[in-house]
Amino acid sequence: MTAAKFTVVRAGALTTIQDAGRTGHAHLGVPRSGALDAPAMRLANRLLGNPGDAAVLETTLTGCALRPDRAVTVVVGGAPCPVTVDGTPVPWGAPVRVPAGAVLDVGTAASGVRSYVAVAGGITVEPVLGSRSTDLLSGLGPAPLGNGDVLPVGSPGPCPPLPPAAPWPAPPAALTLPVRLGPRADWFTAGALRTFTAAAYRVSAHSNRIGLRTEGPALERELTGELASEGMVLGAVQVPPDGRPVVFLHDHPTTGGYPVIGVVPETALAAAAQATPGTLLRFVSAG
Amino acid sequence: MTAAPPSMAVRPAGRHALLVELPDAERTGAFHAELLRRRAAGTLPPVAEIVPGARTVLLDGVGDPELLTRQLATWDVPLHAPGEGAVVEIPVVYDGPDLAGVAALWGIGEDEVAARHSSYTYRVAFCGFAPGFGYLTGLPDALHVPRHATPRTRVPAGALALAGPYTAVYPRATPGGWQLIGTMPDPAPLWDPSRDAAALLTPGTRVRFVRGDA
Repeated sequence: MTAAKFTVVRAGALTTIQDAGRTGHAHLGVPRSGALDAPAMRLANRLLGNPGDAAVLETTLTGCALRPDRAVTVVVGGAPCPVTVDGTPVPWGAPVRVPAGAVLDVGTAASGVRSYVAVAGGITVEPVLGSRSTDLLSGLGPAPLGNGDVLPVGSPGPCPPLPPAAPWPAPPAALTLPVRLGPRADWFTAGALRTFTAAAYRVSAHSNRIGLRTEGPALERELTGELASEGMVLGAVQVPPDGRPVVFLHDHPTTGGYPVIGVVPETALAAAAQATPGTLLRFVSAG
Repeated sequence: MTAAPPSMAVRPAGRHALLVELPDAERTGAFHAELLRRRAAGTLPPVAEIVPGARTVLLDGVGDPELLTRQLATWDVPLHAPGEGAVVEIPVVYDGPDLAGVAALWGIGEDEVAARHSSYTYRVAFCGFAPGFGYLTGLPDALHVPRHATPRTRVPAGALALAGPYTAVYPRATPGGWQLIGTMPDPAPLWDPSRDAAALLTPGTRVRFVRGDA
């Protein structure tokens, strides 16, 4: 049931609808998708009394602006940013009432990359394969927001909201990603394996929802043949022919033909999703 | 690498996934079929995703990877009988722009490609690249053809294509480097997320190509 509608006043650089994503379809070539900073999505939802995986908006660096046709309650969390309602500053990271017809503006991220806009009742676009997430690799789910788009909002649920004292982790000034070597670490030289967990990398500006790309020393392969296509997990660190590791994020392809030197646990990926280009990055061995 | 039958190598992929490596495509298909059989019978421990590759099966979202690794070591996996499972028929017209090139590589006339290609029964080895894009094996080694060195910027939906050991039908228009030998006139059934089974060509499905009129 639709309680309210948002009209998109300013879509921002890239704003998508995200929830927990669509698992269970990887064997059909369907990426998982879902919010890159899942803890931020869940916290924003819980502050509103939503289920943790109700669909939210995920912005990219420049925020977005929305106008509800009825009064709604929202939380803007994730990457810290200025938030205003009809130009008046309102709190970030806590519930805010937006009157009917007023403009909620989610500003440019002061730090981090992705802010999340949750609304009581959730965004209720039609799900595809059980999820409302926009999948930028395969094009499943709703298209990224465009100016003038209209988004349905659900009825606020009966769950009691969390008290608004929840801690929001700060985006990382430097990123440390634990990594477990394998399944294809044996495709790399001993020197490359040392370099991987000793060298300083930086987050590349070419990172996106598919992968966190890196700049730094190239990792040399021991085996130079072609790897037959094989399944890829979330957090897989794939090494393409240029030798710079790519950490697979939620829109990653389900199969791939470049060797995976190690895997970063899912719990470490929220910080990766908030690391701005140029952030210092180290991979540390975690068994 | 752990104690598993000598034909099987189990490589952990993070803390909750196992990449099981098999010696060839046939045994990969057999192992995948065994996984599905055991899951249907309720004897497979919970696994979120079973993702076959060319010579691997990825088990992701595994509750207890160490336990499953030990169990895999005790499995006796029969090579599946070639006759088992449903056959999906795909109507195609052999009218692709690379028909002459493929005929030359095969050493036969252009008008003989259709009869040759449609004479085999294929099997979906794995999916990837795009939702519903199946990699079909079944073409004899002698008929494997290379990819184009420079991919086309747009391959239309429904294109029937060859690359290496694989045949595929493009569920939607994408860039692609495969050799195009024909067209499925109505490719919509290949991928329909509103359907219960969104993909027509799921791993393990057997496929025949049925020639239609140009």
